[in-house]
Amino acid sequence: MKFVDEYRSPEAVRSLVTAIRTATTRPWTIMEICGGQTHAIVKHGLDTLLPQEITLVHGPGCPVCVTPIELIDRAVAIALQPGVMFTSFGDMLRVPGSSTDLLSIKARGGDVRIVYSPLDAVTLAVQNPTRQVVFFAVGFETTAPANAMAVLQAHKLQLKNFSILNAHVLVPPAIRAILSSPTNRVQAFLAAGHVCTVMGFEEYIPLAEEFHAPMVVTGFEPVDILQGIHMAVRQLEAGRADVENQYARAVRREGNPAARAVIEEVFESSDRTWRGIGVIPRSGYRIRDRYRTFNAEERFAVDHIEARESPLCIAGSVLQGLRKPHECPAFGRECTPEVPLGAPMVSSEGACAAYYRYGKLAHG
Amino acid sequence: MCLAVPGKVLEIDRAAAPLMGTVDFAGVQKQICLEWVPEVQIGNYVIVHVGFALNTVDEQEAEETLRMLKQMGALDDEVR
Repeated sequence: MKFVDEYRSPEAVRSLVTAIRTATTRPWTIMEICGGQTHAIVKHGLDTLLPQEITLVHGPGCPVCVTPIELIDRAVAIALQPGVMFTSFGDMLRVPGSSTDLLSIKARGGDVRIVYSPLDAVTLAVQNPTRQVVFFAVGFETTAPANAMAVLQAHKLQLKNFSILNAHVLVPPAIRAILSSPTNRVQAFLAAGHVCTVMGFEEYIPLAEEFHAPMVVTGFEPVDILQGIHMAVRQLEAGRADVENQYARAVRREGNPAARAVIEEVFESSDRTWRGIGVIPRSGYRIRDRYRTFNAEERFAVDHIEARESPLCIAGSVLQGLRKPHECPAFGRECTPEVPLGAPMVSSEGACAAYYRYGKLAHG
Repeated sequence: MCLAVPGKVLEIDRAAAPLMGTVDFAGVQKQICLEWVPEVQIGNYVIVHVGFALNTVDEQEAEETLRMLKQMGALDDEVR
């Protein structure tokens, strides 16, 4: 496949590993924000190719992992109501709530459906006028315009039976929270390529300046990731803290203005709770008042729910890069992808699932 | 979740609102919303996420990246 295969070339990987080794003279800690990059790193063993001075820390960029447990519980409560067709990306179905997950509701006969696109959920609402169709709108900035577009379509079609359970989170406020933490050890970031495809990278420039931390917008193939690391190391070694763009084939400085305009029309920024981390100011989107009729939390009275996390799970420390998945006593014992205690063991982007799947058990 | 993959645009339905088209992903074809890449032409590659093209692939930039990598490889060979 064009624009994929050439970025998996073993020769290019070898050249970049050599270039990184040559450029590295001191220890550096770099965080890849995005869970998709974490999986690529662990799957291809990229971390094992790096010089030992370089530590990669896995970031919280997995929307499935950081969606608060209260919202999973609300999703379950909504899906259990008669007349509801609950739709979601497949990843969310196994995420454990306080007592159950969406997949179990489906197994018990609940109408829970996996959709590929939020527009498919709108189509289901058109086709099933007697059902209340709810879409679980999770995601970072990458997914926000698609979910906003579903709301705009439902508005245009004057649908009375479509709403979204909104759990949108934003990357730059999370980077700020990580860099502001007294326990932070991250010195540079690989910024998430597809988030920047939508948003561009201008909002990272003041962060890089304020915290003197290089930020390299990076793609998802092995060659992309190694080139992103190389660019970050060169900046760190030179004492620079700039925003650079490794993923220029997909990311323009201003992102995609048309997609950003759709987000702006439907959503506004708001404080948001991140599972395992806590509240981060202005780190999410909420639905603007003019589209509140499409807000599932208003349509279904579900705000009385009290949530309860597993006491064994250390997902919060993993998501903040403070501990690695296999340092958790429950890892691979009480907690597996089949019976997950925390969300990072579920998702195709969760760090715990990556470590489990690719056999990283002892020395990471 | 932020997974997005490049695909080749085969058809564009300019009459559709929002703008839609057929995109090929290594043999699998899907209907994709092209509303945010209105300048797209048949044969272009787009980066697709949950049924939406987020941007067109800039082929010049892609070639530039690969050219740089090739230069790096050539340098390695010289060092060896």
